Amino acid sequence: MRNALPVLTVLLAIVAIWYAAVAPMNIRVALDQAQRTGAVLEPVTALERQEVSVWMLMARNAEHLSTTYAMDRPRLPTPVQVGTELWNTTGDMVLNGRGMSKRSLVYHGWITLQSTLWGFALGTTLGILGAVAIVYSRVVDMSLMPWAIISQTVPIVALAPMIIVVASQLGIQDRIVPKAIISAYLCYFPVLVGMVKGLRSPAHAQLDLLKTYNASGFQAFLKLRLPSSVPYLFTSLKVGIAAALVGTIVGELPTGAISGLGARILIGDQFGTPLAIWAALLAAAILAGLLVTLLDVTQKITLRRMGMSG
Amino acid sequence: MSWLVFALLFWIGAWALNAALANSAYSGTRPVRIFVPVLFGVTLLVLWEGLVRGLGVSPVILPAPSVVAQTFARSTGILWEDFRQTVLKGALSGFAIGSMAAFVAAILIDRSAFLTRGLLPVGNFVAALPIVGIAPILVSWFGFDWQSKSAVVVVMVFFPILVNTVQGLRETDTMQRDLMRTYAAGYAQTLLKLRLPAAMPFVFNGLKIATTLALIGAIVAEYFGSPTRGMGFRISTGVGSLSIDLVWAEIIVAAIAGTTFYGIVVTIEKAVTFWHPSQRK
Repeated sequence: MRNALPVLTVLLAIVAIWYAAVAPMNIRVALDQAQRTGAVLEPVTALERQEVSVWMLMARNAEHLSTTYAMDRPRLPTPVQVGTELWNTTGDMVLNGRGMSKRSLVYHGWITLQSTLWGFALGTTLGILGAVAIVYSRVVDMSLMPWAIISQTVPIVALAPMIIVVASQLGIQDRIVPKAIISAYLCYFPVLVGMVKGLRSPAHAQLDLLKTYNASGFQAFLKLRLPSSVPYLFTSLKVGIAAALVGTIVGELPTGAISGLGARILIGDQFGTPLAIWAALLAAAILAGLLVTLLDVTQKITLRRMGMSG
Repeated sequence: MSWLVFALLFWIGAWALNAALANSAYSGTRPVRIFVPVLFGVTLLVLWEGLVRGLGVSPVILPAPSVVAQTFARSTGILWEDFRQTVLKGALSGFAIGSMAAFVAAILIDRSAFLTRGLLPVGNFVAALPIVGIAPILVSWFGFDWQSKSAVVVVMVFFPILVNTVQGLRETDTMQRDLMRTYAAGYAQTLLKLRLPAAMPFVFNGLKIATTLALIGAIVAEYFGSPTRGMGFRISTGVGSLSIDLVWAEIIVAAIAGTTFYGIVVTIEKAVTFWHPSQRK
């Protein structure tokens, strides 16, 4: 709570800069539109205006400044416009009972959330299994670990269209599968690295103690290594779920998907409706925030229950 | 059929050899540490080749590595042009601008404890957002050529580096700063001789994250419009026209570029932060 005031200040500053940027970003288009409705402008023709800087345009046509804040297709919409668009496509539609309509961002967010969660589950499982194999087998450690690191330096988005084509060639019509694979690819690595660190975190003395108790290897895993890896696990899960969401959206972007937040961004781009893009972006940001916060709360509760909240 | 059997036998043999090497007395030596993962990679390639040939997979779905290698060798001209457009022009310029801007911003923010406390949570949050989504907006602002790709990269790499640098600048403890004060060092001297060096491990952490992000940003931005060259352009049109072998060749270029880029940053990191415990042998 100590940080509430500074954070609020920073957020306010961002909104202020955003508002200040709207006018210079939009003024050219706004003036062109004003001219079409018969307004007389300072440099009269559009060609002449090309030569003048935006600041001069704003100074000489001050009476048209207000229109830059209320455009249908702005280059940069105001925060209020984005918020209104988001409300119109989510809360408002839910209140009207059309929450699952194809125009509603709730529907698209749900599609994105589904493949994010599938990818997250798949990636986390792979990451944990890989970490266990790496910790217990020297061969796997030596042969797999370098490739796991290299796999993350490969820009997965290069593979995304490929994965989707292969999936559709193999007769997998469900779009959720390729997107989940991309999410899993992005999210397994933080989990793998975190779990390897966590499973190796017990001190030698602790492992030796279990040996004196005549504990089997499996018991040592279950009662010492696994519990002591939980804090590491949660930290990497938070990174992983954010990565999984990025993966899903990237999977939706270049592939002609028709539903999902990424597809809304793509469609907004193709149909020239910037407000739709901004609203989808904001929705994605809110979704990411919700998912990370959810994991954060789970982490706090779990660690307190395990007596590790120290 | 013989291809399948061969691939499986190769797999078993390579795995047995790797297991023997890893559990042998030589497992700690440098040649073995390099040989084992390389053999693992080769095994994957042989398995891929064997499966594609043995099962008669259509090249439209998955071309064999040998076919991809031939395409790669045949179209080096196109690949080099795309590499220049996407990596050298788009990704590297954006990476340079973004990391410089983030670094300077971090030093400025660091002067105010209030700003630092406000910006760290916000920056951490933004760093977790799917920022690639702004690619279409920036492409419509900056045009189709590499400038828009560069802009996407700038935004994507800015926050991870900013957050890491700000965190790194807070790394020194009071004792060390007090020592600088007893030396009568001013703000600039303390920054240059104590706090920046101490922040370097964090800065490089941010830079390493940013290398991958830079390539992702540059490639995704090309899906939204680009001149008729560039890796993202070639991949999206290649998938459309079913020249999958060329797409895989581009993927190889992307992989090599990504790994090299990362490798360069790690090499610089080793030289700069040689004193850090994680670099000690």
